[in-house]
Amino acid sequence: MAEGKIKHYSDLLENKEISCKELTEKFLTEIESANKDLNAYVKVTPDTALETAKKVDEKLARGEKLSPLEGIPMTLKDNISTKGIETTCCSKILEGYTPIYNATVWETLSKNNAVLLGKTNMDEFAMGSSSETSYFGGAANPHNINHVAGGSSGGVASAVGGNIAVYGLGSDTGGSIRQPASFCGIVGLKPTYGAVSRFGLIAYASSFDQIGPITTTVEDSAIVFDAISDYDKMDSTSQGRKGTPTVDSLKNDIKGLKIGIPREYLEGIRDDVKLSIEKACEVYKSLGAEIVYFNLPALKYALPVYYILACAEASSNLGRYDGIRYGYRTDSYKDVNEMICKTRSEGFGDEVKRRILLGTYVLSAGYYDAYYKKAQNLRGSIVNAFKNAFASCDVILAPTVPMTAFEKGNAISVPIETYLTDICTVPVNIAGLPGVSIPCGFNDKGMPIGMQLIGDTFCESKILNAAWQYENAAGAEVFKASQYGVKL
Amino acid sequence: MKYEMVAGFETHIELATNTKIFCSCTTEFGADSNTHCCPICIGLPGTLPKLNRQVVKYAIMAGLATNCEIANISKMDRKNYCYPDLPKAYQISQYDKPLCEHGYVQLSSGKKIRLTRIHIEEDAGKLIHKRGDTYVDYNRGGVPLIEIVSEPDIRSVEEAKEYVEKLQQIMRYIGISDCKMQEGSMRCDVNISVRPEGSEELGTRTEIKNMNSITFIGKAMEYEFGRQVDLIESGGKVEQQTLRYDDVTNTTSSMRGKEDANDYRYFRDPDLVTISVTDEEIDELRAKIPELPAQKKERYVNELGLNEKDAQNIAKYRNIAEFFESASDGVKNPKTVANFIIGQIFRRLETESDKEEFNIATTAEQLKELVKLIDDGKLKNNLAKSTLEKMLDTGKGVREFVSESDLAGMDENTLNDLCQKAVENNPKAVADYKNGKQKALKSIVGFVMKESRGRADAAAAEAKILDLIG
Repeated sequence: MAEGKIKHYSDLLENKEISCKELTEKFLTEIESANKDLNAYVKVTPDTALETAKKVDEKLARGEKLSPLEGIPMTLKDNISTKGIETTCCSKILEGYTPIYNATVWETLSKNNAVLLGKTNMDEFAMGSSSETSYFGGAANPHNINHVAGGSSGGVASAVGGNIAVYGLGSDTGGSIRQPASFCGIVGLKPTYGAVSRFGLIAYASSFDQIGPITTTVEDSAIVFDAISDYDKMDSTSQGRKGTPTVDSLKNDIKGLKIGIPREYLEGIRDDVKLSIEKACEVYKSLGAEIVYFNLPALKYALPVYYILACAEASSNLGRYDGIRYGYRTDSYKDVNEMICKTRSEGFGDEVKRRILLGTYVLSAGYYDAYYKKAQNLRGSIVNAFKNAFASCDVILAPTVPMTAFEKGNAISVPIETYLTDICTVPVNIAGLPGVSIPCGFNDKGMPIGMQLIGDTFCESKILNAAWQYENAAGAEVFKASQYGVKL
Repeated sequence: MKYEMVAGFETHIELATNTKIFCSCTTEFGADSNTHCCPICIGLPGTLPKLNRQVVKYAIMAGLATNCEIANISKMDRKNYCYPDLPKAYQISQYDKPLCEHGYVQLSSGKKIRLTRIHIEEDAGKLIHKRGDTYVDYNRGGVPLIEIVSEPDIRSVEEAKEYVEKLQQIMRYIGISDCKMQEGSMRCDVNISVRPEGSEELGTRTEIKNMNSITFIGKAMEYEFGRQVDLIESGGKVEQQTLRYDDVTNTTSSMRGKEDANDYRYFRDPDLVTISVTDEEIDELRAKIPELPAQKKERYVNELGLNEKDAQNIAKYRNIAEFFESASDGVKNPKTVANFIIGQIFRRLETESDKEEFNIATTAEQLKELVKLIDDGKLKNNLAKSTLEKMLDTGKGVREFVSESDLAGMDENTLNDLCQKAVENNPKAVADYKNGKQKALKSIVGFVMKESRGRADAAAAEAKILDLIG
């Protein structure tokens, strides 16, 4: 069983075995060396971190109790707005942009004295599966730096997997939390759409985007999720967590739990991944759960539906980057139209341009009905298909990605093939469901394999409970720490 | 050949909410540039809109006051276009599910101008050109608007002007906008085409953008009608295009043709949830709609005995109508009140906006007191008029200017004495009258009135004087 790191570090602080300043400095030192290999951080914020650490130490000196996340060193994906700290979405177009307000999640965590170590790498505007579309270059996999950390929240996964952050917040639009978590052998939770406020998350595709935790254990995932899943009046689509804290139900017995496996999820999956999933099923059976196979034919539309709708929303969301108010502006121009054109041509990378063009096309007069409208209708069918599925099972088990982490450079050379690797993650975003990716083994090359548990809307407790039970029962060979980072 | 004008209006009205449509910035007009802005209304990355419910309420009231059906379910859409005054590169508006549909505005002729729809949306910022550069002021960005779209039911400049005036009156009455065209809180786009009289087919239309005065609307429409007719008469064809009107040269010129029309790529705004409005809410808002000018005018004519013109002039302005109604409540003849308003009070309110604001020193209660004294025969009309002037100058009540003795009237003996004095002091006038000059009698009566400071009853004095010299 993997030990919960948040609780572990919190205990060290409470028991005065280490001061928050010392703990923070340890992480900052490790970042300095490990980040050369991992390129996980695009900005390190030692001043902010040490300032918070000081507050925590003062609190401890006064003999006050700490809240669960207080004094714990962590990181944020670079698309989460941080007041006074540059936030670029790893895009040239947001070069030099420093938000004047905090995203709600960061407002909440910073009030709880979370120690922000820095902002982490990502695919430009969260568009990509390897973090390599980042303006700052890709983040490396802590288990083998010739491989990618995944994407788009690759920097967070690399940092957490490389033990240079205890936990981090990523965002998941089509798998961007779960896929890199899977690639780096850690835990990534994509909450129900609306469970966590999106206010301050720089939008990629608004009806899919959701912030969630990337951690090394399920318990940590639950602690962080409980802390950030509040209703936020600044986000009309936010509802907050329903029910009791998920931490409280992690250890519930799962005897009789019905775990459904849609056969479509196993098609085209690489053998090493399939084998690990089969082994995980055996673990679940030994815990008294029941495995049921069924068909979910609507899944075959998931990828086109996702890419049409997400790109449509992106084409609109990214219209605001015109160089007028903030961020990058081209050097020379004749008039305002040329300024906007040149700024966008120079400021956006190829993948972002590709998705803006695609999104603009599918919304255009004459194509709207054939693409956007049809995709919306199919989205409805997928939502219903999952609803029906949850009438006959409690949670769904599936691979997170059909393979393990790509070698560097592969993903961007074949964009369409890379899109296909999102096949297992996008359905959850289309239907607004919660999904958690947890490690379930390594292949013979030493690369981590992940599986995901999917629940009905607002059933985070159920999937985290099932995940924790697996984590607790599975053998230690499933969880191997990387060589990097802080080990205390 | 004779031609007929066919026109329809798209009217934008800024709503009088305290805060903007998607954030809590103030909507106040006239502040320094970019001081009424926040991360949300300048569309900083990561911000989200939050719909101001008051906007929905005001729009529903506009719909109810113009006989629209109100949608229980509607939604917000994004209208995508790129312009420096639009910081998100999309305007949040309503596309295929507006809040209000199928209404009408009735003209005084009884003709109904049908309304296609009323929807809510956000205003854009403003470009300011100075010192050879262009600046953007985002204060207006996010100010709530309703757009009222009419059917092409308008057939003349007169109808067009009345339609705009009626809309203005109604919106002001229900208190959702000040509709100040010169400040831009009401702006009209006019769609206009021509066709041979008697034809049922619609001609190709042009759209004159952003008209901000009723006078200019009339002039622009006249010009554009003439231009289109001339074009057709000379064998040409009207091209669909967007025009701007130049009030200096009184001409229209092309802004963009049909081929340059934007493809707005409308789609539902995923950041905002469905707007649902219950029947109970609609009923509550309906109860807030006051009696509207057209109904008031009818009532003033039928129940209070005013003539059409006076009734219309008073009913046009909500403040004045309310003043009139409370001043005439309980008086014998409401027409007396109306006469004071249209005569003396209107003289002090020169412009439309003076009348709209209706800032006068005298209260309705004070005017009522004055009129009641007339009703009771205690105050003569002449004295009442001069007293009202003093009241309007000072804000003081009638009693400040009229003493008890003034009100006590004049006893028989005093009047006799005064008349005697008048005859004695005006021998020439008496002689003139006796020589058949009827007019001379007036000046003798005038002497009495002057001496009595208006307290005497002119008719009684005249009778008495006739007795004395007759």
